[in-house]
Amino acid sequence: MTGHKTAVNALGVYADRTKASLDDPRVETIAEALRRTGNKSIGVVSTAEVEDATPAAVVAHTRLRADKADIVGMFFVVKPEIVLGGGSAYFLPQSTPGSKRKDDKDYIAMFRDAGYTLATDKTELVAAKGTNTGKILGLFHTGNMDTTLDREFLKKGSVEKFPNQPGLVEMTQTALDQLSKDEDGFFLMVEAASVDKMSHPMDWERSLFETIEFDKAVGIGMEFAKTHPDTLIVATGDHTHGVSIIGTIDDQKPGEEMRDKVGVYADAGFPNYTDENGDGYPDKVDVTRRLAIFASNFPDYYETFRPKLDGPFEPAVQNGAKQYIANEKYKDVPGAVLRVGNLPKTAGTAVHAVDDVVLQATGPGAEEFKGYMEESDVYRVLADTLALAPATN
Amino acid sequence: MKQRPITRRKLVLLGSAVALVKMTGASSASTATATATLGFDELYGKISVLGLSFSDKVKGLAEAEVSMQGFMAPPLKAEANFFVLTETPMALCPFCSSDADWPDNIVVIYLDEAQTFEQANAPIEVSGRLEVGSWTDPETGFVSLLRIVDAHFRTA
Ligand SMILES: [Zn+2]
Repeated sequence: MTGHKTAVNALGVYADRTKASLDDPRVETIAEALRRTGNKSIGVVSTAEVEDATPAAVVAHTRLRADKADIVGMFFVVKPEIVLGGGSAYFLPQSTPGSKRKDDKDYIAMFRDAGYTLATDKTELVAAKGTNTGKILGLFHTGNMDTTLDREFLKKGSVEKFPNQPGLVEMTQTALDQLSKDEDGFFLMVEAASVDKMSHPMDWERSLFETIEFDKAVGIGMEFAKTHPDTLIVATGDHTHGVSIIGTIDDQKPGEEMRDKVGVYADAGFPNYTDENGDGYPDKVDVTRRLAIFASNFPDYYETFRPKLDGPFEPAVQNGAKQYIANEKYKDVPGAVLRVGNLPKTAGTAVHAVDDVVLQATGPGAEEFKGYMEESDVYRVLADTLALAPATN
Repeated sequence: MKQRPITRRKLVLLGSAVALVKMTGASSASTATATATLGFDELYGKISVLGLSFSDKVKGLAEAEVSMQGFMAPPLKAEANFFVLTETPMALCPFCSSDADWPDNIVVIYLDEAQTFEQANAPIEVSGRLEVGSWTDPETGFVSLLRIVDAHFRTA
């Protein structure tokens, strides 16, 4: 998040041609600009590893987003007041089982020593709300956090191992409660990371549940803005996926093949999800008439036309030649058909697309978002609204 | 087993201990006792955000002959003499992922002799001696905490 365009996989740098990934010319991130120009607090919230590209972009400078152990160090340099998400493996010294560091640095201890209150599950996050240190490091998973569908409904993925993870809504609420104590204001980046993480393997139901959760997190922001009208809220994506809802899949439709059950245009009707308990999520994900969602690009995979109740979808696996082939785990799902991919065999999942992205904004400065804009110019609106300027003294 | 036999991967370090390796291999085969089976869900006793700890079963089986079922992830480098055994077949997004994105519950397998890569969809059964504790592969820098060494595998 710098307001500058850069290269694929780069964060906060102009990519240079040397092989080393940490020596590229740096561009100031929004967090550094905030630190340089004033006293606003900074928050970073994601359901991914906090070292993942979007949360990292708030603070990091590297040619390679995969430099996750280094990115933890970059968080430590900037010290955002709130850091909530997954990815604890990169905070642990290499001697600790589960660590993904290659050195002995114990960033958990370092953040604690720097005055952070540590939270490792939902209960500790609630307790951390009462902290007077003003700084919370919440790490709720060694890797990416589980999806809402797994956390709250199916209990699959790694929920058995990490049974008490908070969701994006609780994390956003905690972040706002804490950051809003700063009279100088704050910047908070909230990422519903698994909308993307589940779109890659074409796990549409998980991705949609994440989108509902994102909507609720935006709702928390809107509620906050009601009592804090000097708040600009910007909701956007950093990219799209080649994915569309094209109708419904109706198990009751006649036909031998699952494709016969796909209803389009007027034949689609409406899905029969219910929300009896009013929590905003479908009570049941595997209803008989569900959304039909397909990707424009894919590796070889078995299309099952059904939600994946046993855990996140893994459409393709690598063979010995490092080529992705269809994961046979799904071959015997009733009605499953092999779809021969249109991506190179080096791609194991569906990929990002370059479609225009929707941006919605409300609050002071929102009127500056209009017409067609370059994505990197979103930063300009933020900089204007935050009145970023060199210190006057 | 009290005496720690010299493993193939130590051969990389020792260079000239070929005969010794063969001898130990033969003697350990003749004294081999029943092989314990180990499941992926039995690896860790405590799993937490602040680190994992190995289960009592894993600690008890250190240096013992074990067998494990899983899936072979493709070698990191073609010339590597080890591979990673995973609970489910792996599909890493080439854009988002790096070698560091392996799941927590992996076991690194050092083969006693080269075997051809098994197709990714087929579960395999690996047998060998369980090693517990941090070890950095000198050629690749790959750090592992749990290994099966002097290993061989077959389709499960
Ligand atoms: Zn992505």
